[in-house]
Amino acid sequence: MSVSFTPAAVRARADPMLPGLAVVRGVKPEAYGVSTFSLALADPAEAAAYRFLPGQFNMLYLPGFGEVAISVSSDPFEPQLIGHTIRFAGSVTRGLARLQPGDALGLRGPYGSAWPLEQARGRDLVIVAGGIGLAPLRPVVLSVLRERAAYGRVLLLYGGRTPPDLLYTEEFERWQAAGIETHVTVDRASEDWRGQVGVVPQLFYRIRLDPRRTVVFTCGPEIMMRFVIYEALARRLPKEGVYLSMERNMKCAVGFCGHCQFGPTFLCRQGPVLNFAAIEPFFGREDF
Amino acid sequence: MGASTRPKLAVFKFSSCDGCQLALLSLEDELLELAGAVEIAYFLEARSQTLPPPYDVALVEGSITTAEDSKRIQEIRQQAKLLVTIGACATAGGIQALRNWKDVDEFTRAVYATPAYIETLKQSTPISAHVPVDFELNGCPVNKAQLLEVLTALLLGRAPHLPAHSVCVECKRRGTVCVAVAQGIACLGPLTHAGCGAICPAFNRGCFGCFGPMESPNADALLAHLEESGHAAAELVRLTRGFTGFAEAFRTASEKWEKRP
Amino acid sequence: MAPSLPRVGARLTLAKSSLEQVFANLRAAGFTLIGPRLRDAALVLEEVTGLNDLPRGWRDQQAPGQYRVVPGQDSFYFDHLVGPHSWKQFLHPARLKLFGAAKNNGTWSFQSATAPPPRYAFIGVRACDLAAIARQDRVFLAGEFRDPHYAARRESLFLLAVNCGRAAPTCFCRSLQTGPRVTGGFDLALTELADVFVLEVGSEAGAEMLRETAWQPATALHASRAEEAVRQTESQIERELRTDDLPKLLYDNLEHPRWDEVARRCLACGNCTLVCPTCFCTTVEDASNLAGTRVERTRLWDSCFTLDFSHVHGGNSRPTLRARYRQWLTHKLASWKDQFGALGCVGCGRCITWCPVGIELTEEVKAIREKAA
Repeated sequence: MSVSFTPAAVRARADPMLPGLAVVRGVKPEAYGVSTFSLALADPAEAAAYRFLPGQFNMLYLPGFGEVAISVSSDPFEPQLIGHTIRFAGSVTRGLARLQPGDALGLRGPYGSAWPLEQARGRDLVIVAGGIGLAPLRPVVLSVLRERAAYGRVLLLYGGRTPPDLLYTEEFERWQAAGIETHVTVDRASEDWRGQVGVVPQLFYRIRLDPRRTVVFTCGPEIMMRFVIYEALARRLPKEGVYLSMERNMKCAVGFCGHCQFGPTFLCRQGPVLNFAAIEPFFGREDF
Repeated sequence: MGASTRPKLAVFKFSSCDGCQLALLSLEDELLELAGAVEIAYFLEARSQTLPPPYDVALVEGSITTAEDSKRIQEIRQQAKLLVTIGACATAGGIQALRNWKDVDEFTRAVYATPAYIETLKQSTPISAHVPVDFELNGCPVNKAQLLEVLTALLLGRAPHLPAHSVCVECKRRGTVCVAVAQGIACLGPLTHAGCGAICPAFNRGCFGCFGPMESPNADALLAHLEESGHAAAELVRLTRGFTGFAEAFRTASEKWEKRP
Repeated sequence: MAPSLPRVGARLTLAKSSLEQVFANLRAAGFTLIGPRLRDAALVLEEVTGLNDLPRGWRDQQAPGQYRVVPGQDSFYFDHLVGPHSWKQFLHPARLKLFGAAKNNGTWSFQSATAPPPRYAFIGVRACDLAAIARQDRVFLAGEFRDPHYAARRESLFLLAVNCGRAAPTCFCRSLQTGPRVTGGFDLALTELADVFVLEVGSEAGAEMLRETAWQPATALHASRAEEAVRQTESQIERELRTDDLPKLLYDNLEHPRWDEVARRCLACGNCTLVCPTCFCTTVEDASNLAGTRVERTRLWDSCFTLDFSHVHGGNSRPTLRARYRQWLTHKLASWKDQFGALGCVGCGRCITWCPVGIELTEEVKAIREKAA
């Protein structure tokens, strides 16, 4: 299968490894060690032409530090301001953490596959995320909100380690009010936490699914996704109805560097969003 | 210049030959730029003037071989925000760690006219055996490009690029023909940490491991193969017990092969 | 002397000394010639300027983990086989500047590396290596994205191929149908006989390079001697890799005990991946000045045997040697086929010869098959 999600303009660039120039327009702290950066491409024509699909990622380049693959977390209907929610975990992301509005960096993309929203139309959609894994799913939520009536039930099951680790919490109320049934849990509660305590897959115990009309999109730590898939399949969902977003080391995003291979899959091209049925023989395998 | 806002760099020496400090001085082209970017607060090999602690970065050369040095390294650790060990002595104990398998008193008696004047520890140990170390830069001596990379990275606040894979990767990238396969030379390259640029094999010599063990050394496999190919166990002990012989992977290997019948 | 140029597909004979004129024609056309030379106890690939640079009278002896150069047939220029180098180091260089970045007035500018690559003429490409080039073409040219650096080198390439006149115990091209006979994708292909070269013209460019050489249409005798030489080589190949059950065999045996066993022998040194003519993986490195305002981004050959290769934040997706060896072998002999429509192995045997401990890919597959799940 060779469906290309990459816009033709990106594919046609003479040098696919050469970044374009982007400028930081805003920085919003989200949680401890996590901020959302709003970026705009410096070239007005490139900025106007930029489009992305929910689940796709960009390569962000901080010269001297290196390049990282970061999924877009903003509204695909407003692609001129590209949002990236970044956890400051490595050398490059800690460098990105220091960027202020007005600062420049390199950006190329978007790359990779997208969440198959068209598959969810007219059906129930369960969005399951852990920690930073909500970032690539936020564009799904925002897309659904644009056309809420096109979908059946839409549920968000989300969890983090502790309450301050949760992302986008100030938006949950609006999401809930707009018809996204939102369930939130934390592994470890603080004193003022009034919500659920437990791991994300346990949120399945609180909901009822109609396996014939439900699609699951999940992103989070692999161990979480394993149990999410377990819970979904235990409720008789077909494997083809579960999509997940995977992460591996990635250097080029265009299929040349070989780092992001997961079995036969190049996560930069056929991924990061994959259908569970397609990768089942490899998923959850130790050290794969 | 008045009170400087530039980071203060200090260079300290323990038991060593000064070769790694020389690598810093031999940066030549970049030395002026470096002197502009950092305040050289303590570097006796380069200037007699010293500035008091604290220091932003301490580069430490040499191993710990005396009781006095084991106290001094504690003080330095307290004075330095970041402590970087440079070279085989500081990171692995150096060639002087050969004493760790012998009786030091016997050496002292043999070498010095008045052995009583000599106060030395029984072992030569790396800095990391005494205090926490932020970065270790391997090599005998260190590679000056890697040293510059560490300093650049620290100045810019990023992690330095110091690949920990084998020397083989460097040989292959520069097109050097494998001396082990093509000439039957016992070469430690497959076990050794990259960083030198694979100099020795480029001159038809085997790697002797001066950058210490690589990230996942499989010494048993290489030494067993060398033994099968006709290299004597004693030769393998000598090979692994060199400039970084006290580093764990090499130490375990040489001790294992030393016991071979 | 033949008055005109031969047509594509023609079989010719050429006096061995006439290859000098072919080289001269290539140089005059602006090519940098790369061919085999004797250096550092091996037959390496380097720039050659004339026939005298070729390792006439030398051949290699190869075995798992062992390579020696020994005297061969006196009058032969191409008595050797594939060596420590492969052509990928010219088409897909081990170290390649991707671009530069400069910071001025608080903003960055990115500048592509612009130096035009040399036009290469490869002298003495074996059938397995032609296949390897074709495999890398699929990676860098045939996908969704094109690598401009590879493309620039590849598109201006001249290929003078050679049919192997003998086989090493490490060769197994026959199993992969990639050799020893050169069947296409070349400009000129030669078979070396004791007294003469028998040439096959593969392209107009190839024909063009025979200008002012004393080529003759091949006689039936020469043609049949050339045929016989390749047939003999074919019969010398003893090593086998069964491919009919690949990729399934490996996918079905991802937890086979053999992975643990080979992990005890494997050094994770990366040699097999770096000598492999199809392995394409790379990493990137930035070098900057102390102020961080001038940056050069370089692409380097990488290996799936390094820990950094599978580093992900918070851990490593293949921390064990077992996992890394399994990744390499299953990529070569299974997932490559899913990705690019062909196996990632051409049977050249380099990974076997240049493994410092002589691990044999063919034996590993055999061991897995013997106790397959």
